[in-house]
Amino acid sequence: MKKLFIFASALVAAPLAAQNEDLGQPIQEGGEVETVMEAEDSEGLTFTITDETALEDLGIAIPGFATDADVATPANQNGTAALGKELARVITADLRNNGLFKPTGPDALPQPSFPEINAPNWPTWSNRGAEMLVHGYVRARSDNRLTVGCYLYDMALQQQLVREGWIVEPADWRRAAHKCADLVYSRLTGESPFFDSRIAYIAETGPKDNRTKRLAIMDSDGANHRFITTGRSTALTPRYSPDYKKLSYLSYVDGNPRIYVYDIGTGRQTLVTQSDNPTFAPRWSPDGRYILYSMAVNGNTDIYRVPSTGGTPQRLTDAPGIDIGGSYSPDGSRIVFESDRSGGQQCYVMNSDGSNPRRISFFGGRCATPEWSPRGDQIAFTNSSSFNVGVMTPSGGSVRILTRGWQDEAPTWAPNGRIIQFFRTERNSGKAGLWQVDLTGENERRLPTPVDGSDPAWGPILP
Amino acid sequence: MNTRVATGLMLASTIALAACQKKAPEELPPPPTQTATPTPTAPTGPTVGSQQHFTDAVGVANTVVYFDTDRYNIDAEDSAKLQVQGQYFSQYPQLNFTVEGHADERGTREYNLALGERRANAAKNYLVSIGIPANRIRTVSYGKERPVALGSNESAWAQNRRAATIVIN
Repeated sequence: MKKLFIFASALVAAPLAAQNEDLGQPIQEGGEVETVMEAEDSEGLTFTITDETALEDLGIAIPGFATDADVATPANQNGTAALGKELARVITADLRNNGLFKPTGPDALPQPSFPEINAPNWPTWSNRGAEMLVHGYVRARSDNRLTVGCYLYDMALQQQLVREGWIVEPADWRRAAHKCADLVYSRLTGESPFFDSRIAYIAETGPKDNRTKRLAIMDSDGANHRFITTGRSTALTPRYSPDYKKLSYLSYVDGNPRIYVYDIGTGRQTLVTQSDNPTFAPRWSPDGRYILYSMAVNGNTDIYRVPSTGGTPQRLTDAPGIDIGGSYSPDGSRIVFESDRSGGQQCYVMNSDGSNPRRISFFGGRCATPEWSPRGDQIAFTNSSSFNVGVMTPSGGSVRILTRGWQDEAPTWAPNGRIIQFFRTERNSGKAGLWQVDLTGENERRLPTPVDGSDPAWGPILP
Repeated sequence: MNTRVATGLMLASTIALAACQKKAPEELPPPPTQTATPTPTAPTGPTVGSQQHFTDAVGVANTVVYFDTDRYNIDAEDSAKLQVQGQYFSQYPQLNFTVEGHADERGTREYNLALGERRANAAKNYLVSIGIPANRIRTVSYGKERPVALGSNESAWAQNRRAATIVIN
């Protein structure tokens, strides 16, 4: 009987060592990306795109990036010339998979030479119906890193619109491609970039009544996919810290649902708060200084805020009922959260110190998992009556439902606030996948993942 | 108690009301039948402290209470089951046990975790109210992560909105 008692105690207060039992090997993060060339003509000289074509019909030719010397690189086993083609493929896929423009990739185009990157051979490209031309180069440096340059030309003007270059570690070569895609996208649309970013999510395998759920991360296009946890314990609801150095998520590693803060560099994790109570729904403040979490005490769940470096938690809600989630406005001054204090789930906004909570959702359905847009002007949410994802203004107006799946939930924003990602669950099978839809409600598409996926959390532009 | 439940249902939103069928699932596993024991001399039965012993003693149907959509109140049927559980745990005061709270799939993940915790606590609080010390009862919520019925229909959801009592062994 004594043995039984000891075991029960162990379940309530698991030893610290158990907290790391479900973790795989720490992952090696890439290095810094250094911007080496400012677009020297960006000040004073702004070119207007001459073409009147709608942006989604704008033809863009993206031939392989040239190299000054085809040499070996850890980034590609066939050398820098092959890497140049890969860079152009990644840029093409970024634009195509997001329904942006009409990109033509390097496999259907001639390969420009290195000197032509600065001086395009216009007749070669004007015959191909492209309004825009992307050129670029990759050069292996003596320190083993790579310089990648990216140039955007307007074919009608025969002028360079923008150019930029970056020095990257060989392992980060895809980031240079994403930065080039971001440069093209931002220059042509006027929107902020979003490709050079990462997504944390839950990878799911196994039958519906015994799903294995692992914490995983990947680039915004699904590449560089890596598992953080082994799957021994159920992991749920991850969130990247704004600097990408940590992940907060829920794990059952000690038998209870608890929020942990996982340090990507060291591969170790700690509880968000030292308490025997269950904790849910982690969220970071935009400046990374605070973590919001929800904690149930005697069945009643409230939202708390704790400094991300540790310290005394502060309780932000005190209404009877379930107060959970919470998403900061981009300036950090307000928090949108969900509560069933009025009966069903509804969305509320309060000041970041918990004062002045007021309900904002009155559209007739239930409002759950609100997420404030990085631009500040929209809040995405789950309509948990119909299980669709919608958006509204921070005052609850202009409600628009964007998705029509059987069960869509848990929206997360692209870094520029133009795309919403969410997860969709299939009826009966329970299989789930990651989906994206533009803020306009158009261009719904599935993001490919190696296995099923749920609980996506899109981080900001990489530092 | 029936009046209270009915009032609660009327107060619920029309959507919740439409989803609220009679809450008890109809397809419960049959209670274990006492067949002739082939070797009555050997004490091979379930031992005290095992889930099997608990289930055999109270009947499997009494180990789980069920809830209406989004609700966590203990109604007359639930309290009858919990009283049977309470008698068992009074008889074996050395046993600690866990109440697992669950939700159906038609809720958002985080809310369902909090809802499962609320349901587990409702069952725990009832057991405490009839004399079981609170420090013997652990609660854990699995939200919608561990369904027992795998369909996507009202009957399956009714079976998954539950608080299940598990003896630690």
